[in-house]
Amino acid sequence: MSILALPTGVGVVVGAPLSYWRTVAWRLSRDRATLVAGSLLLLVVLSAVLAPWISPHDPNAGSIRQRLAEVGAPSHVLGTDEQGRDMLSRLLWGGRMTLLAGLTPVLVAFVLGTVLGVSAGYAGGITNTLVMRTMDIFYAFPAVLLAIAISGALGPGLPNTLISLSIVFIPRVVRVAESATVQVKGLEYVAAARASGAGVWQILRHHLLANILGPVLVFASTQVSLSIILAAGLSFLGLGVTPPAAEWGLMLNTLRQSIYVNAVVPALPGLAIFVTSMAFNLVSDGLRDAMEIRA
Amino acid sequence: MWRYVGRRLVLAIPTLLGASIIVFAMVHLAPGDPIAAVLPVDASKEQVEAVKKAYGFDKPLPVQYLKWLGRVVTGDLGKSIATRRAVILDVRDSLANSLVLAISSSVLAFGAGIALGLLAAFWQGRWLDKLASAVAVVGVSVPHYWAGIILIIIFSVQLNWLPAMGAAADGGIVAYLRHMTLPTIALALIPLGVIARVVRSAALDILAQEFVLALRAKGLGHRRVFTHVVKNSAPQIITVLGLQFGFQLGGSVLVEAVFSWPGTGYLLNLAIFQRDIPVLQGVILVLATFFVLLNLLVDVLQTYIDPRIARH
Amino acid sequence: MSVALLEARGLRKHFPLRGGVLQRTRAWVRAVDEVAFQVRAGETVGIVGESGCGKSTLARLLLRLVEPDAGHVWFDGEDVLRALPSRMKRLRRDMQLVFQDPHASLNPRLTIEDAVAFSLLVHGVRRAEAREKARMLLGRVGLDPRLYGRRYPHELSGGQRQRVNIARALVLDPKLLLLDEPVSSLDKSVQAQVLNLLQELKAERALTYVFISHDLNVIEYVSDRVLVMYLGRVVESGTADALAESPKHPYTQALYASAPSMDPDRRMERPPIAGDPPNPINPPSGCRFRTRCAFAMPKCAEAAPAPVAVAAGHDVACYLYDEVRT
Repeated sequence: MSILALPTGVGVVVGAPLSYWRTVAWRLSRDRATLVAGSLLLLVVLSAVLAPWISPHDPNAGSIRQRLAEVGAPSHVLGTDEQGRDMLSRLLWGGRMTLLAGLTPVLVAFVLGTVLGVSAGYAGGITNTLVMRTMDIFYAFPAVLLAIAISGALGPGLPNTLISLSIVFIPRVVRVAESATVQVKGLEYVAAARASGAGVWQILRHHLLANILGPVLVFASTQVSLSIILAAGLSFLGLGVTPPAAEWGLMLNTLRQSIYVNAVVPALPGLAIFVTSMAFNLVSDGLRDAMEIRA
Repeated sequence: MWRYVGRRLVLAIPTLLGASIIVFAMVHLAPGDPIAAVLPVDASKEQVEAVKKAYGFDKPLPVQYLKWLGRVVTGDLGKSIATRRAVILDVRDSLANSLVLAISSSVLAFGAGIALGLLAAFWQGRWLDKLASAVAVVGVSVPHYWAGIILIIIFSVQLNWLPAMGAAADGGIVAYLRHMTLPTIALALIPLGVIARVVRSAALDILAQEFVLALRAKGLGHRRVFTHVVKNSAPQIITVLGLQFGFQLGGSVLVEAVFSWPGTGYLLNLAIFQRDIPVLQGVILVLATFFVLLNLLVDVLQTYIDPRIARH
Repeated sequence: MSVALLEARGLRKHFPLRGGVLQRTRAWVRAVDEVAFQVRAGETVGIVGESGCGKSTLARLLLRLVEPDAGHVWFDGEDVLRALPSRMKRLRRDMQLVFQDPHASLNPRLTIEDAVAFSLLVHGVRRAEAREKARMLLGRVGLDPRLYGRRYPHELSGGQRQRVNIARALVLDPKLLLLDEPVSSLDKSVQAQVLNLLQELKAERALTYVFISHDLNVIEYVSDRVLVMYLGRVVESGTADALAESPKHPYTQALYASAPSMDPDRRMERPPIAGDPPNPINPPSGCRFRTRCAFAMPKCAEAAPAPVAVAAGHDVACYLYDEVRT
């Protein structure tokens, strides 16, 4: 955007108008709970990204003599698991896997779901009926069940987890994108753009997408927490990431047998899932509040 | 009203058919030969032939689907690879256990959620209200399989109060109840938060309306105002309750796996381990059907309470 | 008689109402039925009628924002409904629409400068040039571009937004402006300002207006000629003066009688029409006004009366004036 050159001496009296996104940022900066949750989230993401450099041990190197060390043990701050592997290192590395497995499906669903939803909403008629009725079918399954059904059929492995979770989230995004599109399509500024001779693409790009991407993005962000819980849950059932890779759900599963020996260490991977999922929930709540459009 | 119910029923049919297509497709989603998916690894040649014929794998897919659907509709869900038992029997037994757990956790969640929501609304803005919001956030964020493990660590391992695993089917009613307790609590966590939130806002509406009405029309008794408002907010609450109950049934898979509770989730878990696709299909189809019918029931109940909804 | 800039003939639009399990068409909303009229270059034609009479649909049909079921629209001698997409795009530069709702008619994500410039970008004008022209027009409609250009719609008042709408419609230098209730949602004082602005712009740019409103005072103020619509049909048309002085159709008479006139001599106390307009879903047979008409005759139910000329340029669709025809 070009900045217009004001003739000297012209005083712009009224407070500089804020663009929409700057208003949102300003509102977020005043929301303490969201800021705290956001910092926590940043910490989780950073430690996952930086795991190769900051983890004190090799996450897959175990030691039979050091199995299930207590939290605070020398050189193992968070103890060791049932194979004597350093928990801190595995939690850091595991975060990479869990975040990857939880975020990717929502991202995929955001892109594909928006494309499908906007197309269905804009086209209307038979296309709309066809797409939306197909999406309804996926609503016949509770999310957990659908994820397990598809993963169960496809078999274990990270790629299969990503596929099955994407299928869980696509119909949800499609519904939101479709209803937003239908709503915006009926507004007069879209008719005005058509009356100016604008083509479908120009209307989609400048008028529709600009107005629906925000709400759809907020909706997608509310799904991340569920996606992380489901991704870790699939690994917990043995359907996700395969051993010996470190992943929070899988760690929880293998440590489950050891609760009679050490009560604290087995709880840690779940705590990591819980904290991450809660941070995502709080941030998306804050984002939704900050993006409420006022007229 | 009945027209609407009829319309909803008709609309549920394509959804159920669609769900059945997804379930049918599971065999073909499975990596490798679909026959391999429904046969044990060490199957003999005769077994392979028999299965091929039984499943009609030599026929085109739509024909296979219709034949399969025909069997499913008459209650024939095939045979388990692992146990050779009819899938429908396994599903029936486990479904009973799952329903018990879904009902008990729903009762707990609804009771505690409604109480918490009412208290929060009454002491709006005070510590109890804040606690209720905290519980709501925790409820939707907590991985309930982990919550289950935590419960086991505290109440079974450390305190040794309650059993951690199984259902003790022949140990009498007390043993059964004791085994039920922990999975019930773990399952109740999610809906507890959601329900507390909904009830809180509905109750706040009631309080606000009562206040206004008390000022404006002193003639109308408190109880009548209350029933009036409860009737108005009932559709909203019923939707939440119905949906949550459905989620309980479908969402119990992971919790049942944690507690080895012999329900559909446990069966599903076993089927996954043994790659027992017929059982997997059977469980998922039955649960999806249940879920669709439950949604239908919620819709119909809503219209019964508030006939205006039918006109939309 | 000079050549018409815009002419409509036999224009019809019925919207299907679907229902039941199979979504069959249950009924039709007869929004616009057999509407015909002409607009000559330079004049302002007012279209007046109660809400729900099909005025707004008519505007959208003329611009082909909604495809008519039947009929013809000619603009500047060209058949609008047959125009190919590329030609249509060109035609749309010449006929622009100003919308009723200043809330919904501006994209909340565009600054008003960009909203006005958008139409030009659509027609391939370079960005800098488009913005320059947009700023000039904003200035012309009374919004200093230095103060308002980079603002978003939610920062403006209703009247200011309507000015933006007018600027947006004018930026393509159209010949014809269709104004769909352009001042209905504004306060009385703001209404007058916007109406005066529209009158100035018309003179300045040699524009032709089709002005749609339910407010007879506004219509009388701006229009040279007036069409009166009732449930999708034109019941009377003539010069604004002729209609004000001697309305012929019973509906027009009632409409003029009920308008809160500025002239105390013309004010009436009793409400002239009983009841609400009938549902356009199943309008009465024959003349649609007959259910509320004091002069209804048996033959009014049989067929809709065709328009007859009671004076030069003054047409009425009512059997009361049939003797004039014979």
